[in-house]
Formats: sequence, C-alpha cells, structure tokens
Amino acid sequence: MSAAYEDRLRAFVGREIHPLRPGQDPVNVPMIRHWVEAMEDDNPIYLDEEAARATGRDGVVAPASMAQAWVMRGYAATAAAKGGGGPADELTDLLAEGGYTSVVATDSEFEFHRELVPGDHVAAREVVESISPEKATALGAGRFITSLRTYHDQDGEIVAVQRWRILRFRPKPKPQKPREPEERPEGTAAERPEERAPRPQPAINRDNAFWFEAARERRLLIQRCAACRTLRHPPGPCCPECGSFEWDTVRASGDAHVYSFVVNHHPRHPAFDYPLIVAVVELAEGTRLITNLVGVTPEEVEIDMPVVLDWVDAGPESSLPVFRPVAQEGQ
Amino acid sequence: MTETIANAAVNHTVRQLGGPGRMYDEVAVGDRLPELSIPLTRTLIVATAIAGRDYQDVHHDPELAVERGSRDIFMNILTSNGLVERFVTRWAGPAAVVAAIRIRLGAPNYPGDTMVLTGEVTAKDDAEGRVEVSVRGENALGAHVTGTVVVRLPKGENA
Repeated sequence: MSAAYEDRLRAFVGREIHPLRPGQDPVNVPMIRHWVEAMEDDNPIYLDEEAARATGRDGVVAPASMAQAWVMRGYAATAAAKGGGGPADELTDLLAEGGYTSVVATDSEFEFHRELVPGDHVAAREVVESISPEKATALGAGRFITSLRTYHDQDGEIVAVQRWRILRFRPKPKPQKPREPEERPEGTAAERPEERAPRPQPAINRDNAFWFEAARERRLLIQRCAACRTLRHPPGPCCPECGSFEWDTVRASGDAHVYSFVVNHHPRHPAFDYPLIVAVVELAEGTRLITNLVGVTPEEVEIDMPVVLDWVDAGPESSLPVFRPVAQEGQ
Repeated sequence: MTETIANAAVNHTVRQLGGPGRMYDEVAVGDRLPELSIPLTRTLIVATAIAGRDYQDVHHDPELAVERGSRDIFMNILTSNGLVERFVTRWAGPAAVVAAIRIRLGAPNYPGDTMVLTGEVTAKDDAEGRVEVSVRGENALGAHVTGTVVVRLPKGENA
C-alpha cells in the first residue's frame, strides 16, 4: 500500500461516519416477536406483559441484543446500489479501492444503560476509532476497522454504547472446497494433511534454500561457520561471530528443550489446529528454532521440557520440523 | 429500604410464577451455567439474520457467500449476540437485566454445524448487584464466540 493510501485511510480515524440517525421504526412488539421466535428465546419478559410486570418492570421490554437491530437500514437500502455518498460509503469505497471488498464483523462490545420498551425510538451515530495496518487473517489479508456506536433514545439520552469491529478483507481468489464439519475425523493436521487448507509456505531465498531443501527430506540442518565453527540459526550468508561468508552444515541430533512458547488462539488459520503452540526450542547443539509443539496440550508444556524432533508435511513440496515431548517418542 | 421491600416483592412474585428467578446472593464466582447446544440449521441462520433486518447476502445467499470468500452462508454477529443473551438469561432468569454483552467472533457458524455454549460466573459486584459471566460458544471448527455478559440480578430478601 502506498503512503498516500495510508494517509487517506488515516483521515477517517476520529471521523463520524454515521451522523445520528433514527431507526426506521420505533421499538415494537412485532419485531421483538420475530426476533425471539427466530432465536428460540422463551424468556417471557419480551412478549408477556404479566410476566414482565412480575419481574418489577412496567411491561414488556426488548431483548438487549436487539439494540442494533432497531437502527438497521433494512432490505431496500441493502439491496439498492451503493453511492449514497456519505462518509461511511466513502470509507467502504476507499477500502474497496485497496482490494478489501469483503466484510465480516469480529467484535461487538455492548454496554446497555437501560432496557428498551415498545415506543422507544432509537437513533445511532458512529465514529471511527482506528483502522489497522493490513493483517494476514484466515479469510485473507485485511484491515480491522474499530468504531464506537452510540445509541440514543427519543429524548437524546444514551441507551447503549457499542464498540464495533469489522474486518474488511481481500477474499482469497479461489474458495476452498466445502467440508462438512461432521465428517472431519479427529487428529492433528499432520495426520490428515490432505484435508486441510494449505499451510502458509516459508519464504525461501538463496540464503535459506539449503535448509528447506534438507527439511523436505526430513533432515534438520544447522548452519556452521567454516572459519570459526560457530553454529547459527536462522540461516544467513555471514557468520555473526567472525564475519566469514564460508559455511557448511551439521545435522541436528533432534534432541532439544523448550526455551519459550506462546499459545495462539486468535486469529485462526484453517491450516492449523488450535490452540496452536508456537515455541522456541533450543537444540542440544545450542541453536534455537521457532517451531510448533505437537502431541502436547498448552497446559502440559513447561519451559525446559525435553522435546524431540518430528516432522509435518506442510504441503506437497515441503516438510517442516516440529517437536513433541520425549515421552511420546515413537508413538 | 424501599428498594429492599420492592425487591422482596419482586422475588416473591417471580418465585410464585415458578420461574427461575435467580437471586444475586444465590450466585457464586465459579458457578457454571447449564450447557446449551444449538443446531445451526440453514433456516436458523437465515431467519435470525432477517429478524434483525440484516440483509447482507453472506447471511442468506450461498453462491454470493462463496464468491466473497466464505465456504457457505454464515451466522451474523447480531445473532451471536442474541444467542449469547438467550444462553445467559435462561440461566439468570427473567428478573435479570442485561447490562453488557461483549463478544469476539472466531470460527464462523456455518449451516449443518452445532454450537455448544458454556459459561461460568467470573465476577460479582455487590454494590451494583451485577454478575459477570464468561461465555464460550464452540462449533466443529473451534470457538465461534468468546466473551462476557454482565447481568444485574435482584438482591435476596435478607440482603
């Protein structure tokens, strides 16, 4: 993305993209009924006056989660071609210009100041709080747009506040073949690579190609300076100790211990199983390697835990080293 | 004082109705909510989106959903909010007033899957009578929704 594009995006931060605008209809029982029927929500306070009064309320109330529904624009506006020209459309167009043509909502944080009752007329305004740099997500590269929506009643009082985050993303060119979740067998990605989304591939260049080529044959190499014999990882052209460009390799024993680790929960990529343990392991030879731990749950991992080399097929043309606890070796 | 009497009256009436009028004092941090399993039918996903006046095509049109990078239509976030509210209030009872719903979405809810909601009381605020519940909704792909719901519960007669 060009700096100019970034600047144009940044200009939206702090801007009101939806001025205060009332919903098309006041809070009403038919819409509440439609909602609670579809949600299969049998809480009686939404439709049964007597039950609502029995809880100390004046009468029926709307479900709190409906707050946003009262200001939805409805079918006609959704179906109509874009180009209303407001700031929200301008932002959508600008993001589309960057290729971010698809959208999903990712976060909603509602604080409700009071319950809404039939007759209330809700209006909402929305201000952009932040626009993220481009992020790699399971859906595709995209940007998170965070905004604050304020919901007012007919007297101008704030009835709810909602922090709202959407991901505008560039859809991947070819959709994955649909999989039925029920048919997915148990097991790890390594055990059923043919059913998984392809794992993101390493960026291979002239300096590290030897390492990935060896990995494809399931050999874990460590680069060694030919002059001072210092081992190093990740691969690079020049010895950080003595500056020599001459090097050879040694094959790692595969014995290692956990130096550090994190557990990735979000965002998810379809190629991996979650929770995903990303670890720095220290090889017996002394170099460290960023890798995944398998055959172990996050709760079981400990710093200094002894682990041993294993391999995953990361695609038709690549294998990558992973590590599993020593006790499970051979399983 | 007046409020205590009013609360006591409410509690009495709610209990007379046989409803699950959960009292603030009956709830403890660490209490687990009864699990709720929701079959994610195509009809549910479409009907709930339309009930919230969300006509985005990815929530009802499979072909366009695939074109936009999804593998099928998927549940909209208003519905995730609604189902989380239903899950917590069916435990909390009709006297509960929902003060906050804060959610993050992960794996999409696609048709044919099942979402299982679990929750646990994580905090209590005695002054406000507020109870915070952490909520997690899992489908076959992982966590669809994680977050917290805050409800205000009536104080017991002896409070």
